[in-house]
Amino acid sequence: MEHNTKPVNAVEMNGIVKVFGNRPVLDQVNLEVEKGSVHAILGENGAGKSTLMNILYGLYQPDGGTIKINGQQVEMKNPSTAIATGIGMVHQHFMLVDVFTVAENIILGQETTKGGAFLDMDKAKQDVLALIEKYGLDVDPDAKIEDISVGMQQRVEILKALYRGADILILDEPTAVLTPQEIDELINIIHNLVNDGKTILIITHKLDEIKKSADKCTIIRRGQYIDTVSVKDVSQSDLADMMVGHQVNLKVAKTLMNPKHVIFEVDDLHARDVRGVEVLKGLSFKIRSGEIYGIAGIDGNGQKELLEAITNMIHVQGGTIKINGKEIQNTTTWNTITSGIASIHEDREKRGLIPDFSVEDNFVLETYMKNPFSIKGLMKQKAISDFAKKQVQEYDIRPNGCEKDLIRGLSGGNQQKVIIAREIANNPDLLIAMQPTRGLDVGAIENIHKTLLDQRDKGKAVLLISLELDEVMNVADTIGVIYDGKIVKEMPQDQATEHEIGLLMAGGSANE
Amino acid sequence: MNKFTSLLRKPITGTIIAILMGFLCAAVILACAGYNPIHALSAMLQGIFGRPKYMANIIVKATPIILTGCSVAFAYKMGLFNIGAEGQYIFGALAACLTGITVNLSPWLEIPLILLAGMAAGALYGALAGWLKAKFNIHEVISGIMLNWIAMYFSNFITGMEAFHKPNTSGTFPINVSGFTTFFPNWKATEEAAQFMKDNPFLGDILRTDFNAGIIIAIALVLLSSYILYKTSKGYQLRAVGSNRYAAEFAGIDVKKNIIETMMFAGLLAGASGALAIMGNNPHAVLEIAAFEGNGLNGLSVAFIANGSPIGCIFSGLLFGGLLYGGQSLQYVVGAPTEIVNIMVGTIVFFVALKDIIPVIADKMEHRAATKKLVDQKEGASS
Repeated sequence: MEHNTKPVNAVEMNGIVKVFGNRPVLDQVNLEVEKGSVHAILGENGAGKSTLMNILYGLYQPDGGTIKINGQQVEMKNPSTAIATGIGMVHQHFMLVDVFTVAENIILGQETTKGGAFLDMDKAKQDVLALIEKYGLDVDPDAKIEDISVGMQQRVEILKALYRGADILILDEPTAVLTPQEIDELINIIHNLVNDGKTILIITHKLDEIKKSADKCTIIRRGQYIDTVSVKDVSQSDLADMMVGHQVNLKVAKTLMNPKHVIFEVDDLHARDVRGVEVLKGLSFKIRSGEIYGIAGIDGNGQKELLEAITNMIHVQGGTIKINGKEIQNTTTWNTITSGIASIHEDREKRGLIPDFSVEDNFVLETYMKNPFSIKGLMKQKAISDFAKKQVQEYDIRPNGCEKDLIRGLSGGNQQKVIIAREIANNPDLLIAMQPTRGLDVGAIENIHKTLLDQRDKGKAVLLISLELDEVMNVADTIGVIYDGKIVKEMPQDQATEHEIGLLMAGGSANE
Repeated sequence: MNKFTSLLRKPITGTIIAILMGFLCAAVILACAGYNPIHALSAMLQGIFGRPKYMANIIVKATPIILTGCSVAFAYKMGLFNIGAEGQYIFGALAACLTGITVNLSPWLEIPLILLAGMAAGALYGALAGWLKAKFNIHEVISGIMLNWIAMYFSNFITGMEAFHKPNTSGTFPINVSGFTTFFPNWKATEEAAQFMKDNPFLGDILRTDFNAGIIIAIALVLLSSYILYKTSKGYQLRAVGSNRYAAEFAGIDVKKNIIETMMFAGLLAGASGALAIMGNNPHAVLEIAAFEGNGLNGLSVAFIANGSPIGCIFSGLLFGGLLYGGQSLQYVVGAPTEIVNIMVGTIVFFVALKDIIPVIADKMEHRAATKKLVDQKEGASS
């Protein structure tokens, strides 16, 4: 990279080093962002892209390197310094007060007052409205956060940053929770902001969005700076190769399904969530042997309750759940497991693992009381170790020989491999995978998709529940769209279009 | 550096540092109060190790708290805080005492029977707290504290009943001698024994105390607890629930049943503790009390100092017993108040609670070293 005589960069980070424990997560990373551009930071999970941005926002202190904002060297002591220098950040998990209105959330911490102590809500609302109009952010300032969609909440976060005078806006994985339509709207908003002279930094691992929205892209791999490229000069697969470091298959290679008899059947299921509100409102579908059934939908439309109902974590108010003809609803979780259903929960650390147990002990979480792992109530550690050793090798769980280590020390991808290996070892007739690749990098995702396909090809049924539309489109044979507690439409994969599913997910219909 | 930090990371290091800090803190307070701390602490050590009799008494004092400590530690492995060990201890002692008064068999039957009665009573009382938690989600600390008071007043009520109350005392009749775990209780009262004790000062010194077989039973129960926790599938299940009940639930483990069973076993241990106290210590009877004796509550400190390890409770129980007993010498040798011992125990518990900071310090040290190395390398490479 050579310097021509162009205007000063909005952000310049030089030789950033960050060490966690004794492990370097950022090793001499550079970043130059032109003023008024959209700049993507691309990297796999754990590559260090979020860490880099957290350093820019003052959440972490770098162990080496310098930061310049608009040509001025700044020491980012904390987020307040960052805000004062005109940096705003929208985190992946929104930080909003649910019961406050949009306007109240935006001014929180920077309240306009009259007479020194009294909240001037009218003035505040005017300021907020002015911002909304200026950038075409469609939000009602009087709506309560709990009543508005996730996409709107994100806009509130953006407004919050703008209200604090941000010129440089960092968006951490902004599209993770959005529908395809909302993503398009977000890209529009980003363009409006840039036209007004703002600088946008996007952390992401989604290649098509980079192509659609960004001007430049900086790639980080395992804490190392790889390159900064002009997005229009490279293809998606170039970006993927730079991110992963080797050639990757973006599409899942798979054969056509060969379905046989129905293995699993959910009929007219009704269930309530923890608050007692009905969230499953007559949900039905069937899965055949040798079929992957994918449920696509936006978070909060009943996916969580569906999994909990099948696994008997909650009771249902009506309807049936049948595996191989046997009804299992309203029994016990143990009954679900012994009836031939294995599940991978979306919340890996909370529901899938005992973090303080060793890898090998985690392998027998559902079989510890069975021969050969225990005989007459006594644990046979040798048998457990042998089994774990075999699985670690078969599934290539790293680091090699980690059986005796605490599982909390493994990376997310390897933890997930342990869970999948454990569940498949039960030889289930139905494997349920909910968000199985959440937070994993491209290599691990490929691996897990392959395992799901293997299971299908063995003549088992697979239920894939995912918030990532790409994943459902790629992996499933049959796609059911869930909206408001029902499967609103079902279609074979080859007839599905992203556009139609996107509309159905948001409650629209294809005929509109 | 690496050797040093890995030594710092060992769990026992934190406990030892905490104990040293306890002594240091006591020394400072003694010095401030105008006593010579070295003199005072050596008097205390003298009061612990000075004579066989002292050590025998310490073991007697430690026996019940080793078991209540183990009870707390066992429940804690499952994520439950058994503050109700006091009440379970009281019920165990009461049931043991009533059985010992009403039944009179040969020692080989009498002692196991009394022990079983104590364990059963403690187990039921513990299971009650577990059931309240499993069924109604009542926190075991709240129910435990309430059940402790109920146990105390119930025990006082029974003690005052005519059938059991020994006239002109504040307690019940003693249990039948066949239930004593003290060594040779009948023989000790004879002339021959008196002569023997005179001739053998070492053994005599021990025999004159309440030194009893309880410690053997206590250690056996501790070993059993540890075996159950780490070698059986039941223990695996229990530790899984304790470590992450959500994952255990999702793996099909019945969490509620485990809560009740765990509290039941914890209660069994505390009840055994009460039974051993009745069988081993004079006056071999339940006394009317106005406040908790603290055998159950001290179990919390014992379990805590042992870092939640059942076997560790044997050592921390002895330490605790030693401090309590040796602390008395502070008073009659140097005239310092025995409350010093409570301050010391408090300090130790405080620093044990803080000991998680030591691995953090070790991390910081390694972090600094790693950063320095990385920066040095880069500087070396670029220059």
